[in-house]
Amino acid sequence: MTNRSGRDLAEIRADFPILAEEHHDGVPLVFLDSAASSQKPQAVIGAIADYYRHTHANVHRGIHKLSEAATAAFEDARRKVRRFINAESRREIIFTRNTTESINLVAQSWGRSQLKPGDVVISTVLEHHSNIVPWQILAEEIGFTLRFLPVREQGQLDLAEYERILREERVRLVTVAHVSNVLGTVNPIAAMAEKAHDSGALILVDGAQSVPHMPVDVRALDVDFYAFSGHKMLGPTGVGVLYGKRDLLQAMPPWMGGGDMISHVSLDGSSWNELPYKFEAGTPAIAPVIGLGAAVQYLQELGMEWVHAYEQQLTAYALERLSEVPQLELFGPSAAKEKGGVAAFRLADHHPHDVAQLLDAQGIAVRAGHHCAQPLHHHLGVPSTTRASFYIYNTEEEIDALVAGLYETLRILG
Amino acid sequence: MENLYREIILDHAREPRNWGVLDPADIDYEEYNPLCGDRLRITIRIGEDEIIDGLGWSGEGCAISQAAASMLGEEILGKSLEEVKAWTRDDMLALVGIPLTINRVKCALLSLKALMIGIYGQKIWDRMEMEDED
Ligand SMILES: Cc1ncc(COP(=O)(O)O)c(C=O)c1O
Repeated sequence: MTNRSGRDLAEIRADFPILAEEHHDGVPLVFLDSAASSQKPQAVIGAIADYYRHTHANVHRGIHKLSEAATAAFEDARRKVRRFINAESRREIIFTRNTTESINLVAQSWGRSQLKPGDVVISTVLEHHSNIVPWQILAEEIGFTLRFLPVREQGQLDLAEYERILREERVRLVTVAHVSNVLGTVNPIAAMAEKAHDSGALILVDGAQSVPHMPVDVRALDVDFYAFSGHKMLGPTGVGVLYGKRDLLQAMPPWMGGGDMISHVSLDGSSWNELPYKFEAGTPAIAPVIGLGAAVQYLQELGMEWVHAYEQQLTAYALERLSEVPQLELFGPSAAKEKGGVAAFRLADHHPHDVAQLLDAQGIAVRAGHHCAQPLHHHLGVPSTTRASFYIYNTEEEIDALVAGLYETLRILG
Repeated sequence: MENLYREIILDHAREPRNWGVLDPADIDYEEYNPLCGDRLRITIRIGEDEIIDGLGWSGEGCAISQAAASMLGEEILGKSLEEVKAWTRDDMLALVGIPLTINRVKCALLSLKALMIGIYGQKIWDRMEMEDED
């Protein structure tokens, strides 16, 4: 399968200036940590620089040409994001700082106004902390019950347990990651959404690890809320997105007050601006939003089908090569088809920090730790793992380098 | 610039038609522009066959928002509630008839917003706003 733009891997790699830098003197960079944050193509870096160089002014209120141009570019990025995830309206696209803030928005606005003692919110054991802690804070305050779906052998959610809880308890919300950032498990969101709705519950999906890597259609999935981060999808830090169905967003109270989000303010009270501005208090991250627009365009020029297919091919190759390494234990689904582009593993009983450090010395950037998923690591019975993750600019040669690096690590650590 | 401040706009802004609120009125509603704080109050009397047979408005705002309110008032006076309900954002922008940049569209729509919410309630306006989907 070739990508839509017809460009080859070398050309794609050349779009990312950082990939041409030396990691250490004379050691090239092998970047295998995109699940934490991706690198940025020149199209994104340039869009941000151009904006600051030529167009910057505050958005929405200005009458002068710069403010009009900044507003137009800002809103154009919102339209690009709308089309990217196939939301019905640009008004359903709320810009936040990141996935974490998007989830907190739902917790603080929808959750705080809707959840009552005795209600149940279902989350899962494989969530990132950002989809656990906001609900714990709120549960503590309100007194609703938080349930966590267990995961089975290969990292799949226990769907029988899911259906049981939905049937037997007063579930108001299901909040679940589309793709696990450690195991790579791809959860069956469309089916889970249907079951949640059948029980009268809503579903919030953490799309931090899905939107960057596969086609996502929020209407086909029929999800109520969908959260993701710009920085994991070739965009800049400082911008994330919350998608929400308009009727839900319309009925929700604001969670932050200030400029931009009001319709009218007097000292006796205020009324709220229309969507999406009701949830965008204060001056937004204008340059990051414009950068995100450029990132979305870049991904669309390649085509998300291709992005997904290419990453699966890389992941299959990585799983095969890694399984050759002695004393290496992989976590998560063993078939690349069933997982996102991540490989979390333990190497003998060496601490992941040592493994990552020795790989780094060889120019290979991976992540070590609990990856903000401590409950999942507890379930796996290990305190931490080493994680390699892949994106459009990675190559099979880089995976070979990782494998060679692991042999070298074993040689040094014994 | 002349495009934006064409004679017809200036004429309506200088001499707004149907200026001044009606009392009593069947509909009396005030709306704000969140971007600049402009205010627009619209009052309406409804006669036989649900025909708008009285209309008056007042407000503070820029030439565009005032002229738009004046033009809208002239346009709908004598029309039925059913006819008015069919109005869209695009109809309003066409009526005002000047090329508006993104931050000024709200100015031109303020009176329509007040009218629609005043007569039919918030929901219909939310729906009209949503028409600007993409
Ligand atoms: C699955 C998942 N959810 C949420 C997050 C949090 O993203 P952010 O730090 O951008 O809010 C991450 C990022 O590490 C993630 O992988």
